[in-house]
Amino acid sequence: MKTKIIVIGNGMVGYKFCERLAEKDIDNQFQITAFCEEPRPAYDRVQLSKYFSGTTADELLLAQIDWYAENGIELHIGDKAHKVDLASKTVYSEQGRKLSYDKLIFATGSAPFVPPVPGIEKDGVFVYRTIEDLDDTIAYGKKAKSCAIIGGGLLGLEAAKAAQDMGAETHVVEFAPRLMPRQLDEVGGEILKDIIESRGIKVHLNKATKNIAGDGKVEKMEFADTSSLDVDMIVVSAGIRPRDEVAKEAGLEIGERGGILVNDNLQTSDPDVYAIGECALYNKMIYGLVAPGYQMADVVAEQLVGRSASFTGADMSTKLKLIGTDVASFGDIEPKIPHKNITINDPVAGIYKNLFISENGEKLLGGILVGDADAYGTLLQMYQNDMKLPAEPIQLILPSGDGVVASGTNILDFPDTAQICSCENVTKGDICQVIDDGAQSISDIKSATKACTGCGGCTQLVTDLFKAKLKEAGIEVNNNVCEHFDMTRQDMYQTIRATGIQTYNEFLGRHGKGTEGCETCKPAVASILASTWNKPILEQPHILDTNDAFLANIQKDGTYSVIPRVPGGEITPDQIIVIGQVAKKYNLYSKITGGQRIDLLGAKLGDLPDIWRELIAAGFESGHAYAKSLRTIKSCVGSTWCRFGVQDSTSLAIKLELRYRGIRSPHKLKSAVSGCTRECAEAQSKDFGIIATEKGWNLYVCGNGGIKPRHADLLASDLDEATLIKYIDIFLMYYIKTADKLMRTSTWMDQLEGGLDHLKEVVINNSLGINEELEEQMAHLVNTYECEWQNTLADPEKLKRFNHFVNTDDDDETVVFAQQRTQIRPVDDSERAQSNAIKS
Amino acid sequence: MSNEWIPVGKTSDFTADLGGCVKVKDEQIAVYNVKEKTEWYAVQNLCPHDNRMVLSRGILGDCDGDGGFKVACPLHKHNFNIKTGEHISEGDVCDLKTYPVKIEDDTVYLQV
Ligand code: SRM
Ligand SMILES: Cc1cc2nc3c(=O)[nH]c(=O)nc-3n(C[C@H](O)[C@H](O)[C@H](O)COP(=O)(O)OP(=O)(O)OC[C@H]3O[C@@H](n4cnc5c(N)ncnc54)[C@H](O)[C@@H]3O)c2cc1C
Ligand code: SF4
Ligand code: FES
Repeated sequence: MKTKIIVIGNGMVGYKFCERLAEKDIDNQFQITAFCEEPRPAYDRVQLSKYFSGTTADELLLAQIDWYAENGIELHIGDKAHKVDLASKTVYSEQGRKLSYDKLIFATGSAPFVPPVPGIEKDGVFVYRTIEDLDDTIAYGKKAKSCAIIGGGLLGLEAAKAAQDMGAETHVVEFAPRLMPRQLDEVGGEILKDIIESRGIKVHLNKATKNIAGDGKVEKMEFADTSSLDVDMIVVSAGIRPRDEVAKEAGLEIGERGGILVNDNLQTSDPDVYAIGECALYNKMIYGLVAPGYQMADVVAEQLVGRSASFTGADMSTKLKLIGTDVASFGDIEPKIPHKNITINDPVAGIYKNLFISENGEKLLGGILVGDADAYGTLLQMYQNDMKLPAEPIQLILPSGDGVVASGTNILDFPDTAQICSCENVTKGDICQVIDDGAQSISDIKSATKACTGCGGCTQLVTDLFKAKLKEAGIEVNNNVCEHFDMTRQDMYQTIRATGIQTYNEFLGRHGKGTEGCETCKPAVASILASTWNKPILEQPHILDTNDAFLANIQKDGTYSVIPRVPGGEITPDQIIVIGQVAKKYNLYSKITGGQRIDLLGAKLGDLPDIWRELIAAGFESGHAYAKSLRTIKSCVGSTWCRFGVQDSTSLAIKLELRYRGIRSPHKLKSAVSGCTRECAEAQSKDFGIIATEKGWNLYVCGNGGIKPRHADLLASDLDEATLIKYIDIFLMYYIKTADKLMRTSTWMDQLEGGLDHLKEVVINNSLGINEELEEQMAHLVNTYECEWQNTLADPEKLKRFNHFVNTDDDDETVVFAQQRTQIRPVDDSERAQSNAIKS
Repeated sequence: MSNEWIPVGKTSDFTADLGGCVKVKDEQIAVYNVKEKTEWYAVQNLCPHDNRMVLSRGILGDCDGDGGFKVACPLHKHNFNIKTGEHISEGDVCDLKTYPVKIEDDTVYLQV
């Protein structure tokens, strides 16, 4: 007979328990059943805010539904366990299941605490805990212009960021005299308030909400100090209450202020019943974080397989994510023992760091970091491992250079037992082992150890460790473009801008090695020169890839394709006729491309100028299908024709395509504009995509079809056209400035430190202070646009190369076509062999 | 005769640091100049990787180590030493045939 385990609750901790027990159950002695009240299995609540920016519910799942069955776990989704009979060891569910257990685990988590303020029941008041909560908030938020968050703690600030991203004017209302009262001291709270207000979120401190006024729905908040605030919606984030109702009714012992009482073994007052996660009250504490919950899950699973394990409390260190500034606190920030402080306080830069140090200066007791928390990982390690502090502890919080780890200590000096990832209990030793076994990247380490997959707080440290290990092994993490330059693409870009160098030869002479360069650095520099100065590219044909060198895409048989620009995909009957006539005259294969325009293939090198002369005479221009630059901006018919359209997507697509045409970038750029959320133009798979809303335009960035599809991220919503264009300008120039060569925006985003939040900070809040410069650079590119084909046709010197032979006007007779469905196609290999045989 | 020098064009017919294709007795030959027309090389225009007449349209570059020069085929970027004809990328691809070049009175001559 297997031991019957029932888990009530399939949240983060309930799931982790299933995973751990299934892993440890090598003898297959357990039958696990889990009750899951929510309509989907466990998902990553910690990353819930990503749901706002387009991460789907499915992507947030901790494990796909098949995982449960594969691991022999019976999961009852959407079924709440509503009654437990301890005497008969039976669980009753709302859907009528009646199951007996040998061991029962409560992992029921917690619910948001909603203070009983009059009016709180009105429409427009939301909490922030589940995907359904977010769906409701988003739906209501579409109509709301302003939103107040009740609660200025960790979660409240996260919710505030989300509300702001929805486009609402956002307020944070906090009862205490400072933000994050549990994690920060007064000065830290003060600086955080400044930073948050500078991001356009209004902070109201010392405010007790007395009443929520409005006719059926939220209209106004009234405070105890008689002031008031007009808002359309409210998100309550005023703390959590453990979900102990079922346990309480069953007769288990409950704490005075809620929570299922547990001992060091995490047993409740019934030894066969355990409680873990946010519903458990251990040593008068509810741990509102994942890491302690995961530890609890592990401790119980260990005991069930017969090993001894106990829980002795956990660290409440936290790092705020998402608000666009770093805030972290760890250890004891109100030490009762005598101690010293080392403080950096720079209100101008918005940086505050305060370390609490034992009186003999040897041990770190705790700390607060606001504005720059790069040192968090290291400091937390020193604190958790009781490491001896360096002689000058201030080194720990001085701004870090490019060094291995922030702050005077080398991560390689950490003991092997140092716990790097507390969510998954991964030690430095574990990670080093994986690296020694050949892990090539951070994602290899993640998948091998699960580090970084919980709260993500250890990512920086894991990256530092990875780099330090590589360096130790003498492997240079070198991102230079090629052996001709000791420079990355970004270095090249900056050097070219700063020095004003206009040609490859001068650049190679002054900053490179060798005399001729190569096929890697030449096109890379050509692209940078074009992105910077925007001179006609054929002025330096010798540094261009063949496609750029002949302003056409080379095909497998050495012929070229011709793709005129068709902005937004809009084309007149006359233009279609001209393209048809040209195709007929030059015997070209015609096809509609995947980018809403027409491709003519099979053009001989020598015919390209004539073909383009005719197209240009008919008003066409280069489509840059051959270039690492803007390709197409697809559109749908939008509000002009479509009965669902809410904005004129075609006109916008045309406008944008004409604005950004010709701009050379690290890789090609694609875009699309859809007239409503039905998304017929597929904007969310584009480098930048735009979707019309009732109020304006939503801007999505860094999507990709191609080799590894990536859904674009929502950068900003409900923009008017001017702001939209401004954001795209900045986004594109920032990408051009910082991406590696041949890196699409999607891969760029994946490696961008700080990810989407960083990008939003840069684009929307000008956090780097460079936006004016970027806008000017874009203006230069837009103003200096010239059709490359037109420029070339006017210059006999450039045209000289458009001939297969230098010394005769003969055609290249090795190019032979066959017929297929009434059009030409290149001959295949066997046909080629035959024709060669006939010739010789 | 094979040691006969055949004129194939003026040096001004070729673009600096690029190649051009010439036709001599039905043979297609890629002629390259490097260092802004101070050194000249000639190889077969046919890329032996996929048998396409394209090598004259490749990018030129320094050859690792030997101080010479290479061409990268525009189709799949196979690299060849343009002095020796040697295939220098990964993979099993034949070497190129090379031809002697000389410049006299701004005219480019090949021996074919
Ligand atoms: C012609 C066209 C196929 C067609 O018949 O429809 C095409 C043809 C080529 N694509 Fe494409 N792609 C074409 C639309 C697309 C699309 C669809 C789109 O744009 O909506 C995609 C997926 C969207 C995306 O890019 O995210 C697409 C993803 C790729 C990729 C993968 C890019 C990636 O980031 O993963 C490559 C390879 C690369 O760029 O490295 C590629 C490369 C190529 C190349 C350049 C391969 C090559 O080097 O020869 C082909 C050039 C043919 C030529 O001479 O014109 N093509 N290609 C389409 C031209 C569209 C246009 O009007 O400009
Ligand atoms: C927006 C947000 C951001 C957060 N950010 C962080 C962070 O950065 N770092 C961090 O450490 N923590 C963070 N947290 C907290 C973290 O999510 C929780 O600590 C963690 O989810 C606790 O896991 P749990 O399993 O105990 O509870 P939950 O994840 O809440 O799971 C409990 C589950 O049990 C279900 N349930 C309850 N009663 C029953 C019943 N009778 N029958 C069946 N099912 C039942 C519930 O519906 C729920 O699905 C965040 C939380 C939120 C909401
Ligand atoms: S999918 Fe492949 S074969 Fe088709 S056009 Fe794109 S690159 Fe060429
Ligand atoms: S044909 Fe030259 S590399 Fe393939």
